[in-house]
Amino acid sequence: MLRYWPILAVVAALLPFASSSQFLVNLAMLTAFSALLGQGWNIACGFGGLTSFGHAVFFGIGAYAVAIMQTRFGINPWLGLPAAAILGAAAGAVLGAAAFRAGLRGSYFALVTLAFAEVFRILANSLDITKGGLGILIPLHPSLPNFQFADRRGAYALVLVLLAVAMGIAAWLRRSRFGARLVAVRENEDAAAALGIPLVRTKTQALALSGAVTATAGVLYAQMFLYVDPNIAFGAERSVEMLLVAMIGGAGTVWGPVLGAIVLHLIQDTARMLIDTPGFAPMLYGAILLAIIAFLPNGIAGLRLPRRRSAREEVRRA
Amino acid sequence: MLEVRTLSKRFGGLRAVKDVSLDVPAGSITALIGPNGAGKTTTFAMIAGFIMPDSGSVRFAGTDVTRWRPDRIAALGMVRTFQITQPFAGLSVAENIRVGAFLRHHDVAEAEARARDVGTRLGLGPMLDRPAAALTVAGRKRLEVARALATEPRLLLLDEVMAGLNPSEVNEIVALIRQVRDGGVTILLIEHIMQAVAALAETAHVLAEGALIASGTPRQIAADPAVVEAYLGHGAAERMARHG
Repeated sequence: MLRYWPILAVVAALLPFASSSQFLVNLAMLTAFSALLGQGWNIACGFGGLTSFGHAVFFGIGAYAVAIMQTRFGINPWLGLPAAAILGAAAGAVLGAAAFRAGLRGSYFALVTLAFAEVFRILANSLDITKGGLGILIPLHPSLPNFQFADRRGAYALVLVLLAVAMGIAAWLRRSRFGARLVAVRENEDAAAALGIPLVRTKTQALALSGAVTATAGVLYAQMFLYVDPNIAFGAERSVEMLLVAMIGGAGTVWGPVLGAIVLHLIQDTARMLIDTPGFAPMLYGAILLAIIAFLPNGIAGLRLPRRRSAREEVRRA
Repeated sequence: MLEVRTLSKRFGGLRAVKDVSLDVPAGSITALIGPNGAGKTTTFAMIAGFIMPDSGSVRFAGTDVTRWRPDRIAALGMVRTFQITQPFAGLSVAENIRVGAFLRHHDVAEAEARARDVGTRLGLGPMLDRPAAALTVAGRKRLEVARALATEPRLLLLDEVMAGLNPSEVNEIVALIRQVRDGGVTILLIEHIMQAVAALAETAHVLAEGALIASGTPRQIAADPAVVEAYLGHGAAERMARHG
């Protein structure tokens, strides 16, 4: 029964189209949006083991790119979407080439990504082109050619399409040569190098791919809420949300981020009803993250496919 | 096939490897032996690109590969295994070997078939779909060799693939290595077990305290007083001659 939950998830995802409840559409949209963010992180970090704590940098680049392009240069946001994806990929390539060439791994890489996002936040706060701390307001012109939706269901449909693309990329990683080699790098860098896998190039490519996907999520955000500021775009909370979603559900899996997004939103909304104190969400995130690392290193998906655990059992049996 | 010239490496004040030169002729099985801490694994790591040498050169198949990255060396056809086995623990045995097969095969189905074939030939057939973490020590050593072989190397560097195995497992792996060589792969191996070296290698080089002290057939080496001293301590050869 539990094996078929993705079918249930797809059905549930389609339900809001049949209803006119704004609440239901919003809930589904935000959950799918989190899943998209989680999948963006998951592509590099779940499959490649690149522990990024600063993925907001790609999200922010996408959001600012589309906002600046249309408010300053009058470029249609539909063109901004691929442009933002390219910028996200470029940022991933630059960050990856610099960090991996220097041999940064694990927590050192995590710190560098955190700093990278923070630098972008400060830049966005002080530069003219980003309008500093004021942020950028995108004028409201709801129409499909303008990438703005009068009906939330339109935006939701687009989130679902991009989520499907991101999941398609994850599915490709699971069955392709590139994905297999990326997982090998995650599992053991020395062994991977000995078998002819170029470490820096493989990890950089993964980060670029992940940056592209995450930047498209930034574009969606800007077009849905029509406002971007440095904290929304590059804030650490966004980075934490991405990695939480992927880790709760199961990093390195196709459906993990979807599962993680559903669970995280359930927890979040319940907690918000019970305790409405500012600063409570980050604390809750921290607690969840600790619990996941301690008790469910493979996420909820790891419960369904207990690969690591069965390995240990088989060792005991042998 | 492999020409190593005056390779040296210093770790702080310790000269781990001093001016090591050796040749591995194509089609041969050559051994590098020596007591613990002699610098064998460091030498290997330098040859395969994992540690940058301070001086000296490595030529492989006519190409100077000194200071090359390990993956480029592997792509050229020289692949090492690890003394402390390094399985991709979260993957199955077949998936582990497939990572090696992906070096020459871009098609997934082809790499998969190739991996299963190599795994079966190395006696891992029944374990192919089990997690690599479930393998015994002997199984993990086989997996190291299988993964390296799946890259279709011209020269295989085996780092103590027999350490920790029982005598019957050693015999099996000796037969296996011979079979690999007969398949056209040149082999350079580091080994502790003299019995295995004598059974396998045409030429052996002895490393002690970072320097090569003897080279020759296993029989010549076993009779060399300098080698006996390196293994058993200063004056041992003389004492053995007196008592023996």
